[in-house]
Amino acid sequence: MTKPQTNRPDALEVQNLVVHNTVLTAVRGIDFTLPAGGRMGLVGESGSGKTLTALSLMGLLPMGWQANGTVRHDGVDLITQSDKAFSSRRGRTISMVFQDPLSSLDPVRRIGFQVSSVIRRHTKASKQEAEAQTLELFRQMSLPRPEQLMRAYPHEISGGQRQRVMIAMALACYPQLIIADEPTTALDVTVQKQVLRILNNAVQERGCALMMITHDLPIIAAMCDTVAVMYAGRIVEMGPVSEVFRAPRHHYTKGLLDSQPTMDNIALDGSSRLASIPGMVPPLHSLPRGCAFHPRCSAASDRCRAEVPQLETGQRRAACWHPIEAGADATVQAGVTA
Amino acid sequence: MTRPFDEHHLTPPLLEMRQVTQTYLLNRKSLLGARPSLTVLDNVSFDVRPGEAVGLVGESGSGKTTLTRILTGMEKPKQGHVFYNGADVWAGDGERWRNFRRSVQVVMQSPRSSLDPRMRIGLSLLEPLRALKIEGDHVARVHEVLDQVGMTRQALERYPHEFSGGQLQRIAIARALMPAPKVLIADEPVSALDVSIQAQVLNLLKDLVRELGLSLVFIAHDLSVVAYTTSRVSVMSAGRIVEVGKPLDLFTKPQAEATQNLVGAILTVEAGLAGNALA
Ligand SMILES: Nc1ncnc2c1ncn2[C@@H]1O[C@H](COP(=O)(O)OP(=O)(O)OP(=O)(O)O)[C@@H](O)[C@H]1O
Ligand SMILES: Nc1ncnc2c1ncn2[C@@H]1O[C@H](COP(=O)(O)OP(=O)(O)O)[C@@H](O)[C@H]1O
Ligand code: SF4
Ligand SMILES: [Mg+2]
Ligand SMILES: [Mg+2]
Repeated sequence: MTKPQTNRPDALEVQNLVVHNTVLTAVRGIDFTLPAGGRMGLVGESGSGKTLTALSLMGLLPMGWQANGTVRHDGVDLITQSDKAFSSRRGRTISMVFQDPLSSLDPVRRIGFQVSSVIRRHTKASKQEAEAQTLELFRQMSLPRPEQLMRAYPHEISGGQRQRVMIAMALACYPQLIIADEPTTALDVTVQKQVLRILNNAVQERGCALMMITHDLPIIAAMCDTVAVMYAGRIVEMGPVSEVFRAPRHHYTKGLLDSQPTMDNIALDGSSRLASIPGMVPPLHSLPRGCAFHPRCSAASDRCRAEVPQLETGQRRAACWHPIEAGADATVQAGVTA
Repeated sequence: MTRPFDEHHLTPPLLEMRQVTQTYLLNRKSLLGARPSLTVLDNVSFDVRPGEAVGLVGESGSGKTTLTRILTGMEKPKQGHVFYNGADVWAGDGERWRNFRRSVQVVMQSPRSSLDPRMRIGLSLLEPLRALKIEGDHVARVHEVLDQVGMTRQALERYPHEFSGGQLQRIAIARALMPAPKVLIADEPVSALDVSIQAQVLNLLKDLVRELGLSLVFIAHDLSVVAYTTSRVSVMSAGRIVEVGKPLDLFTKPQAEATQNLVGAILTVEAGLAGNALA
């Protein structure tokens, strides 16, 4: 895995990011730093605010939503950037791979044209140069028959191929940061591994930073150095992936790990039950007081129901009044068969 | 192909397709040429017995959803037969057809496209009862089903866009349960869900099989999820069933190349932490 290089400025420094519309606050003050070349995973349940976080970094929030706080990238604060300054950066120093590649590709333009347009928009490359670079990118993505693929329309290629075209487009201008929002959720497992491998190699070769958004813990384990766990708009646990996954401190993180169907916790006679977190993510308009996880937490106390736990400082942090201490539970990574 | 589960032959299948072949006509390449056809299912037999949970795995495009469309009567097979309770569903009268349609319900892959965006959830849940002309206490049924999928009643007044993908999939499952089916066909019902919710839904499906005596056909491309939920798994590849077995046997000694590929594609946290997940 790439070691973050200390001589380059951080790829992203996020302080107290809040994302809201007139009635709801979906992201409620998050802080994290992604060093140049670093790889961070952002994991959390549906509705926890992962996508809105990513969209606010890209300046692509949906109508009516607004971001506050500080997001420093490449020496500028992205939150205060004008739309025009943002769009010149988008695709150049930060680029994003979306969950659904069909909706982010233009259905009526050939894919070769779409990727080379991105290159021409951000560099001085001529039409021929941009096309040659696109072809080279398609080869790097292990796309079959790249010359023919240049002339294909998005609907004429498979989902896995489309997602590789999106990754090619995201890499086109040698960005400093790639944000990948559930890039393989819509893909078949067999294709998923291939796409992840390609993304992994491309990020490594270029030394760009990666922010990997997913609810799939094995993907984070395979791709990232650090992980931030989000719940109801806040980061509840953060640290090196190996430490967080081997010895989670927050009860939500542990619940996620225990819910993984692994070959260890599946009794293949059909009698096993997976451990699951009871209840569901609270709706934004009626978040519980105190720790937002308390209605689902078996360790919740009166304090949890009254006061919001703050994220600890340091490398390995959790926001929990009663964090799980290392060694307290030796079976953390194995999963539980109830 | 020999079937490894002779003990099952004692109970007749509840839902069965026998030697089904399905082809689609593609667009002409030239004005005068014949329309080429594509064989999507090639002489496929598949069945589920009362209260049994069976799995169907296969790479994308292998024909799983097409098989689902045939099992549910959404499509008529070009060749072969579909039997519900021993009777050919395409050969009987209207009563037989209605009973079949009511008894076999499906949960689709994408909850967002299976729910009408302009309809409140409460109305969407009633829709199958209306379409199938089922009488009874609909409100009580809605509440019962909401409880089964772990949603609150507040959901009834809201619209699909107010829910996250994960919440919507549970609503879609609730809707499939509304007519009290005997067979539930779930086409990748958890691939879009969060892990913690995945576990809830998988446990729920297991409970439904056990407590309501429901038959389950569970389709996925992730073999570990299928293994957890079912006791007999068929592997599809290019329109054929290439292997049938117990989950453990498929994991430990996969025979067909397609099965081996699916086993090799499984990512785990442990492999990721060990640094060899993408090797
Ligand atoms: N356009 C919108 N109008 C109203 N609420 C919205 C809108 N977009 C997002 N939300 C709400 O904001 C919260 C966070 O949404 P976001 O999409 O960022 O979460 P997520 O973690 O990425 O979820 P998922 O995994 O389902 O995509 C959710 O509660 C969602 O319902
Ligand atoms: N209506 C159709 N017309 C032409 N081809 C189809 C149609 N429906 C499915 N196919 C093709 O049949 C194959 C199997 O499709 P499907 O049943 O959707 O597979 P899966 O669900 O396993 O992804 C694919 O190659 C697909 O392109
Ligand atoms: S703060 Fe309390 S309720 Fe929240 S996770 Fe920690 S123990 Fe559970
Ligand atoms: Mg999202
Ligand atoms: Mg399908």
